[in-house]
Amino acid sequence: MIAVLTRDLRLAIRAGGGFGLGLAFFLLVAVLVPLGVGPEPATLARIAPGILWVGALLACLLTLDRIFALDFEDGSLDLLATAPIPMEGTVAMKALAHWLVTGLPLTLVSPVLALLMNLPAQGYPWLLASLLLGTPALSMIGTFGAALTVGVKRGGLLLSLIVLPLYVPTLIFGAEAVKRGAQGMEATVPLLLMAGITFGAGALLPFAAAAAIRVNLR
Amino acid sequence: MSIWEYANPKKFMQTSAWALPWVSGAAAVCLVTGLVWGFFFTPDDFRQGSTVKIIYLHVPAAMMAINAWVMMLVTSLIWIVRRHHVSALAAKAAAPVGLTFTLIALVTGALWGQPMWGTWWAWDPRLTSFLILGLFYLGYIALWAAVDNPDTAADLTGVLCIVGSVFAVLSRYAVNFWNQGLHQGASLSMDAEENVADVFWVPLVVCIVGFILLFVALVLARTRTEIRARRLAALVARERMA
Repeated sequence: MIAVLTRDLRLAIRAGGGFGLGLAFFLLVAVLVPLGVGPEPATLARIAPGILWVGALLACLLTLDRIFALDFEDGSLDLLATAPIPMEGTVAMKALAHWLVTGLPLTLVSPVLALLMNLPAQGYPWLLASLLLGTPALSMIGTFGAALTVGVKRGGLLLSLIVLPLYVPTLIFGAEAVKRGAQGMEATVPLLLMAGITFGAGALLPFAAAAAIRVNLR
Repeated sequence: MSIWEYANPKKFMQTSAWALPWVSGAAAVCLVTGLVWGFFFTPDDFRQGSTVKIIYLHVPAAMMAINAWVMMLVTSLIWIVRRHHVSALAAKAAAPVGLTFTLIALVTGALWGQPMWGTWWAWDPRLTSFLILGLFYLGYIALWAAVDNPDTAADLTGVLCIVGSVFAVLSRYAVNFWNQGLHQGASLSMDAEENVADVFWVPLVVCIVGFILLFVALVLARTRTEIRARRLAALVARERMA
């Protein structure tokens, strides 16, 4: 399983530029929104939690189709399926690799973008905590969506259509946690609920995703 | 005599051919009775005026939009566990019907909301979760359309339906948490303190029964079509091989 993980990480970093793409997209969103809605600090501070979360979500979505598509095309997914580790393990590792190259860097740069969006100071810890706890769920749900659509030619749009409704609870809880934190309110409840989604998704979705992969390889 | 006999397409076609006219007829009778009764023979509400009559379309459509997804969940589970093709095709057939009911509920809700709340749309938990339910239907239908091999498509959409059900419920409670809205609470249940008055309740129940029957009739007809389409595809494939 470690080998699958390191292989995916190496591929993501060395080949194809998937690594920086999500980050660059996140940055673009944070730059474009103030240009669109105007530079008033109060407005920006109010919409910052939502915009940062939507940006993270879209950046995550953008890189999803790479999780399985290339492996499916060159046949290495078949090899992984016949490998001694169970498909569930492979899928979980792929989700983890996706998170390490998108979710984690997004979380790390988010304070800088929050600065651009004029997020109030007390919101920063909540932003970091919510992204750290929430982006693994985005990666795992996205891996499930990618597993469903891996056999579909040009499935990018279909993937978005399937995955976005599944992202709704995570988005609501994540943005709510940051919003409450930024207003100085207690924000542990949405944070805990979101952590529940993350761990639930991590525990159950690999089985669904692995089932979808097996169907697609049949 | 067990329900699994209907997993045989031939048996299903025979029985549904017999049942379809009866179910459709009963649906038509209930809907005409309920709607005419509701629209023309009930008093206007003392606060809402005649707009209250939208309830006869709005509530049954909304109920069936949710129930259609539940039916798809059950048939998808049956397909995944027991591999009965009729079951998978019934789930496929129900999805566009469910989507239509969702749209009816949203549109009638907007028409009702405009005079009553002064807005077509509010980010109310019920409204939002219905919009999300509509998106789930769209994704489900799109996945059916995108995959060529029918068995693969049935498997993938089945998995999506199961996972989607969990997330649909999650979304429902997440939006509840997110925003308290304008929409009124449940007012039809048997044990509630405050319910819709009987004058409105009886025709409403007739309409609900009508919508249930309409749903059954539409799903039966569409499943029959799917089975025929499948048979046709098999015939064409055989012809090509010969």
